[in-house]
Amino acid sequence: MNRDDLWRRFVIVTPYLWLLMFFLIPFGLVLKISFADPIVAMPPFTSLFDFNKAPGESFYATLDNYRFLLKDDLYRISYLKSLKIAFFSTCLCLLVGYPIAYAIARASPVWRNMFLFLIILPFWISFLLRVYAWMGILSTNGVINNLLLSIGLIEQPLQLLYTDFSVYLGIVYSYLPFMVLPLYATLAKLDFDLNDAAADLGAKPLTVFRDVTLPLSIPGIISGSLLVFIPALGEFVIPALLGGLDSLMIGRTLYDEFFGNRDWPLASAVAIILLLMLVVPMMVFQHYQLRETDQRE
Amino acid sequence: MNRQRSTFLITILCFGYAFLYIPIVMVVIYSFNDSRIVSVWGGFSFRWYLQLLENRQIIEAALLSLRIAFVSATVATALGTLAGLALARMGRFRGRILFTGMIAAPLVMPEVITGLSLLLLFVSLQDLVGWPGGRGAATITIGHITFSMAYVAVIVQSRLMSLDESLQEAAMDLGGRPFRVTLDITLPIIAPALLSGWLLAFTLSLDDLVIASFVSGPGASTLPMWIFSKIRLGVTPDINALATVIITIVSLGVVIAGWLMFRQEKQRQRDVQ
Amino acid sequence: MTQVSPAQSAEKPAWLDPATKPFIRVEGVTKNFNGFTAVDNVDLEIYQGELFAILGGSGCGKTTLLRILAGFERPTSGRILIDGADMTAVPPYERPVNMMFQSYAVFPHMTVEKNVAYGLKKEGAPKAEIQTRVKEMLELVQLDGFAERKPHQLSGGQRQRVALARALVKRPKVLLLDEPLAALDKKLREHTQFELMNIQDQIGVTFIVVTHDQDEAMTLATRIAVMQAGRFIQCGTPKEIYEYPVNRYVADFFGTINLFEGTVSRVEGEGMEVECGAIDAMVKAKSFETIQPNTRLTIAVRPEKISITKEPPDHNDKSVLKGVVWDLGYHGNLSIYRVKTDSGVIVQVSAQNRIRSAERVLEWDDVVYLSWDVQSSVVLTE
Repeated sequence: MNRDDLWRRFVIVTPYLWLLMFFLIPFGLVLKISFADPIVAMPPFTSLFDFNKAPGESFYATLDNYRFLLKDDLYRISYLKSLKIAFFSTCLCLLVGYPIAYAIARASPVWRNMFLFLIILPFWISFLLRVYAWMGILSTNGVINNLLLSIGLIEQPLQLLYTDFSVYLGIVYSYLPFMVLPLYATLAKLDFDLNDAAADLGAKPLTVFRDVTLPLSIPGIISGSLLVFIPALGEFVIPALLGGLDSLMIGRTLYDEFFGNRDWPLASAVAIILLLMLVVPMMVFQHYQLRETDQRE
Repeated sequence: MNRQRSTFLITILCFGYAFLYIPIVMVVIYSFNDSRIVSVWGGFSFRWYLQLLENRQIIEAALLSLRIAFVSATVATALGTLAGLALARMGRFRGRILFTGMIAAPLVMPEVITGLSLLLLFVSLQDLVGWPGGRGAATITIGHITFSMAYVAVIVQSRLMSLDESLQEAAMDLGGRPFRVTLDITLPIIAPALLSGWLLAFTLSLDDLVIASFVSGPGASTLPMWIFSKIRLGVTPDINALATVIITIVSLGVVIAGWLMFRQEKQRQRDVQ
Repeated sequence: MTQVSPAQSAEKPAWLDPATKPFIRVEGVTKNFNGFTAVDNVDLEIYQGELFAILGGSGCGKTTLLRILAGFERPTSGRILIDGADMTAVPPYERPVNMMFQSYAVFPHMTVEKNVAYGLKKEGAPKAEIQTRVKEMLELVQLDGFAERKPHQLSGGQRQRVALARALVKRPKVLLLDEPLAALDKKLREHTQFELMNIQDQIGVTFIVVTHDQDEAMTLATRIAVMQAGRFIQCGTPKEIYEYPVNRYVADFFGTINLFEGTVSRVEGEGMEVECGAIDAMVKAKSFETIQPNTRLTIAVRPEKISITKEPPDHNDKSVLKGVVWDLGYHGNLSIYRVKTDSGVIVQVSAQNRIRSAERVLEWDDVVYLSWDVQSSVVLTE
């Protein structure tokens, strides 16, 4: 093997091995352990293969964890709630993010980079602290309640924190840049002549938006929505800090199952089902990403 | 008609940026609040900052976080650059589809799953080969490398895609071997992408709570873990102060980096002309 | 025989007939962008059925003027009237004007048919009518059979025809065309040029074309307005502009021209003699304006108006120069000579190759005489 081949192999194999070791194999483990029983030991689960036993009994797998997940209301509600919150907060994000992305794309080029910079800047500031910032605003003696009380609009402080409302707000706030950036990228690429052409052919401004801008920005809408929906579905920090006891999103349930009940096999099964729920949106996302790179080539 | 529209767009932007920045500004303002009850204004004071300086736990957690972030960003940049090169420059190879999948998946994988799976790996490894002996800084670093190298790979790959391949072909035509060409031609050209990849990896590591919580052991508490354990119980004034310090450092860093890049870009455009 | 548009059929062209009313009137239109004047107090009258070209270099304000006509820009001051109605404040979607964009702006997410039908749908035309009109229009632009294609499946020329059909199907009173041929390659450009003229001939709609290409303007247009720095500097038929340019800019813009600066030494009625120092010669010229002796002016002479001979010409009413052949180029139908006068100035001359012969009559370094008629000297006072 000559030196050039060696270099080529090095470039491919090094990151490949790393990802196999620390990304793919761990998933195999999650899958494996989701078929095990919890025991009080370290590690706290039974092995799939036990070579100390007789050959016929050395393999042990159980579907108990999955059966339990499907039977138990807590988990079903938790999955449905996560889906609901992720879906509606994605819609809200789109409603808030679209006008912003549109306004930036239509701004003069001198300002555009500045506006984009201001969208990205909060993203660099700790996620945890940005979520925390809302706690101070929403709590019973927080900024909003104090303001409303002082102008006499309410008599009793409103319960804003630890509700579904605060979870929605937290997700929209934290993931807004993920929505705005792909939308901006699509909108900025749009040929403004198309809008002029539609107006020239008799379409009023709103009709132009409906007939031209909106359909042509669908790729941006899809990738932005997926970039919000996917992480929101498995979100842990936001429901843990802003959500009430009843807003058990699945990420938080998994965390509690793992650290609270120390039921690793069940937590693994929770993770596998969550992953199955994400497969479709992830594949759609991948499809759009690939199409994007193909177009660039 | 035009003026009306631009007023409308400016209003939207104002509301959008107010939404993004008012919570952050609030934290900063209340960090100077003398009162122990966070939301009641008790006069201007630096007392929470002074208290911060005396808190050894915070300082230790911050140092640990910085150390982990530095190491993991550096390794992730190296691995991510190789991965980006493999995707953009190495053509077809066996297992390419799996490779692309493994690069893309960490970007969208819920952190709870990544964290859980890594922990199970470490536990099993310890069981099988006795390594890692315990969980702490090392395991957190490995976790951070794994998910941030995917970001670096994507950045490097897209930069390489937009790069004219003929430059490398010219270098090879002049007798450069692939390894030297990568070192002498490709890497210097994509250096800004490497820098932003490193910065992103660094920030992602500093920011991570969930993966660290899973793969950390007793005694190793990163700054986000420490903050999280504190704010789970509610708003506290010293966290406001800490948040302000972090916000200031990050904003300054980002603004300076942005300004440098802007200047470099301008210089480049001038050179082209 | 196809119907011929009124502007061309009239015994007297419409713009010379005081009885004809202009169809489009641009009255004192000015457009400022943040202190920059893109269009500066422009007046223009265009008649029904004309194919009018606005010609100028980039940044001269021609596209802004076109966008004002289409309604995308509101003029800072002035009025636009189309067919007697004031259009200044009418938004683009209510104007009887359609535009063909330089980028074509064909909707990428709609089929050819949907693109062409779009304007009619917005009008609320009945379905059956939309169908027949779209079909007719696709036939006119020779795109029948492409109705179900998406724009990315079409060639550049086909996309352009979609844009044309889409604009024409609404039967606008005026069709605006922004650099209609700029994006096409040379061969297709010539073909499309004639196709555009044909279509305009058939439907008789008034066309206003914006272009930076003087050849395009010359072939297409009934009249041309030359624009520079937001103002019209000359407006006339292609022949008028070519033969009687008003200043050096226009003269230079249209084809090649030899320019000689000089001072008027003698005036006799319309005729005059101009002493051109650089070529060391007396040039004879005529002007309808009265010009005082000692005026400094420029004489412009087209290369094809100059005859090139080995012997001195015998008519003494011609302007004559003597020089040597410095360079010559064979262009098939023409030969281009670059002649260096005794004073060192290069003069360009073109001559038709009427005789088929392997041997050239004139060779490098031959001593030659250049001469031209009084009428061929264009007097430029600006």
